[in-house]
Amino acid sequence: MRVDRRGSGTIGRRPGRRGAARGALALLAALLAGGGLSGAGAAPAAGSDRENPRPLAATLAVADTPADGGSSLTLTWDGARLAAALAEAHGEAEDPAAAEEAAKEAAEEGVEEGAEEAADEAVEEAADAAETRAAARAGALPAPGAGEVDVERAAAGDTAFARIASVPASAGRFVDEGLERTTTYRYRLTGRGAGGRLLATPPTPPLAPRVNAFRTRRLNALAAMVFMGACVVGLILRARRGGQIYIRRISGLDAIDEAVGRATEMGRKILYIPGIISVNEPQTLASLGILGYVAKLTARYGTELEVPNIDPLTMAAAREIVKQSYMEEGHPEGFREEMVHYITGDQFAYAAAVNGIMVRDRPAANFLLGWFAAESLLLSETGQSIGAIQIAGTAQVTQLPFFVSACDYTMLGEELFAASAYLSRDPLILGSIAGQDVMKAAILAAIVLGVVLSTAGVAGFAAWFTAL
Amino acid sequence: MKKQVPILLAVVASLCPVVGFLLPQPWVDEWMNRRLDEWMVIIASFALVLGVVSVVQVNLHKVRRRSRGWGFSLALLLSLGIMSAFGLFGGQGERADGSLHPFTWVFQFAFSPLQATMFSLLAFYVASASYRAFRVRNVEASLLLVGAVLIMIGRIPLGQAIHPLVPQIAEWIMQFPNTAAQRGIIIGAALGAAAMSIRVMVGIERPYLGKS
Repeated sequence: MRVDRRGSGTIGRRPGRRGAARGALALLAALLAGGGLSGAGAAPAAGSDRENPRPLAATLAVADTPADGGSSLTLTWDGARLAAALAEAHGEAEDPAAAEEAAKEAAEEGVEEGAEEAADEAVEEAADAAETRAAARAGALPAPGAGEVDVERAAAGDTAFARIASVPASAGRFVDEGLERTTTYRYRLTGRGAGGRLLATPPTPPLAPRVNAFRTRRLNALAAMVFMGACVVGLILRARRGGQIYIRRISGLDAIDEAVGRATEMGRKILYIPGIISVNEPQTLASLGILGYVAKLTARYGTELEVPNIDPLTMAAAREIVKQSYMEEGHPEGFREEMVHYITGDQFAYAAAVNGIMVRDRPAANFLLGWFAAESLLLSETGQSIGAIQIAGTAQVTQLPFFVSACDYTMLGEELFAASAYLSRDPLILGSIAGQDVMKAAILAAIVLGVVLSTAGVAGFAAWFTAL
Repeated sequence: MKKQVPILLAVVASLCPVVGFLLPQPWVDEWMNRRLDEWMVIIASFALVLGVVSVVQVNLHKVRRRSRGWGFSLALLLSLGIMSAFGLFGGQGERADGSLHPFTWVFQFAFSPLQATMFSLLAFYVASASYRAFRVRNVEASLLLVGAVLIMIGRIPLGQAIHPLVPQIAEWIMQFPNTAAQRGIIIGAALGAAAMSIRVMVGIERPYLGKS
C-alpha cells in the first residue's frame, strides 16, 4: 500500500523561502477544504486529481451479468482487501482535519525551505476536498460515507469517468443496470485517502453487455411448472382411462341448486356478479365456468337471471356463455341480451349501481364469484339486508372475512377454481384438480423438510425456493 | 375451424407470457410481454364500445317501458350524454385563467365525492357485519369474538393500559395463526389458479368461447 505523500510527510518538510503569499493562499484553501467558505457553486480548482488519481490497491473485474437480457454488467472485487486498503489510506495518513492543520502550519511557517511545495499540495488537497463537497451538494448522489467507494463509469466516447453509485468497499459486487448493448463501458472504483486525495483502481477494459439465452435464475420456477404440468397431464390421462378421482364436497357449490330453486319458488330473479377484473384473471374465468352452470339451471326452470358487468370483455364472454347454456338446455327463446349487461368501469359506481338493482328488484339469490376488492362488503351487506341467499367465492384473502360474515356460503380460494370440475364431473377437469393436489402435497412436504433442515442448521435447501 | 382457431390462438397466447418469463431476449420481451399487453388494451377499447351500447340499450329499454326505477336510467343516460359532450367538445383540465373545464369540474366536484361517499359507507357496513359475525352462537363464533376483541384492544393504547401482555397477544395472533391461515389459502389459491391456467392452455376449459 502506497502511503499518501501529502500526509504526515508533508508536515515534516521544511518550509521554503517564499512564504507569505503562498501561505495565505494555502490557508484560504485549507479553510475552503474545511467547508467554512466553500459553496455548491465553487468552481473546481486547478490541480484536480480526477485525471491522475493515486492507485487503490484492489483489482476490479467486470463481466456480463449472466441470465439477463443484455442490459447490465457485474463488477466484482475483493471486498475485504479494498476495505483494508481504504482504511489503511485513511489510517496511515492524516484525516482531513489534520491535512487542514498541516496546511495552516505550512502557511504560517512559510519562510522556510519547501514551503512552496507544501503550500501547492495543500492548495491541491483543499481544492479537491472542496470540489467533492460541492459536487455532493449539487449532484443527485450523496457523498460517500466512511468505508464506501464510488463506482465510476465511462461509456465509449466519454473522456472522463462519471460517478454512478456509492457502495460499501466490503460489498465486493455491484450490478450496473440499464445499459445499452451497443456500447462498451469501462469502470473504476474510487475512494478518498487522507486529505481527500482521490484514490482509484485501474480502469477495467471496455466491455459491452450481452444478451443471454435463458434466465437461469428462474430454473426453479420452470422445474415447478414442469412438475405440476406433468402431474396434471398424468392424472388427466389416468382419468381418461377410467380411473376414479375423488373430489371432496364443497358446500358452496352444492348450495347453487338450492339457491336457484329458492329463486324459482319465490318468482324472483338471480343476480350473478362475476367480480371486477377482466377475463385475463383466472378467478374471472372460474366464475364464468360457474355462470354457465347457473344459466343452465335458470334456463331449465325459467328463472330470471341478471349479470351486471364492470368489464366489457367479461360481459362479452359472459353473454356468450349464458346464450350457449340456454341453447344447450333447449330454451334459446329464454335468452335476452340485456340479461348480461355492462354498467360502468368504475369500482364504486358499479357497487352503487348493483346495490340499486338489489334494493329495487330484491333478487332471491346473489352470486358473488370472482375477484373482488373493497366493494365486496358493500355488495354482500346490501344482499344480506334484502334477505337474499348469498353464495360468494374469491381467492382474495383480504375480502374473504367480509364474505364469510355477510354470505350464506363462501368458497375459499382454491374451491372457486375447483368449481368447474365439481359441477361438470368431467374426468379431464377432475384429473387437473387431482394434479393440483399432488403439487400441494409436494409443497407441504417441502415445507416440513425445510423446517427440519433449517432447524438442523442446513441452510441450502431454502435457497432453492428463492431466485437462484 | 370456428372452434380450432380460437383454441389455437388461446394456447399460443397463453404460452407467450411463460416464454417471456424464461427467455431474456429483447425481442421475446417486446413481443411476448409488451406487444401482447398493448393488443389487449386495444381489444378492450373495442369492447368498451360494446359496453356503452349495452348501457344505452338496457337503460333506454327501461325508460321506454317505464320499468321500476326508470328515472335512474334516464339520469344515467343524460349523464352519459352530457359527460361525453363535455369530454369531446369542452376540453379537460384547467383553462388559462385557472378555472376548470366542465368535464374536469364535474369529475372533481361531483364524481369524486360520490366515489368517496360509497367508500365511506364501508365503515357502517363493517360495523353491521362485525355485529353479526361476533354474536356468540357456537364455539367457533365465540373464539372469533375473543380473538377480535383481543386484537382490537391490543392495537390501541387501552390494551397497554390494561396489561402489557395484551398488545403482545394481539401481535402474536396476527403474526402466527393469522399469517399461517392466510398463507394456506394463498398457496391453495395459487395452485388452483395455476391448474386453471393449465386447463385453459391445453384447451380443456374454454370459457372464452362461451363454453363453461
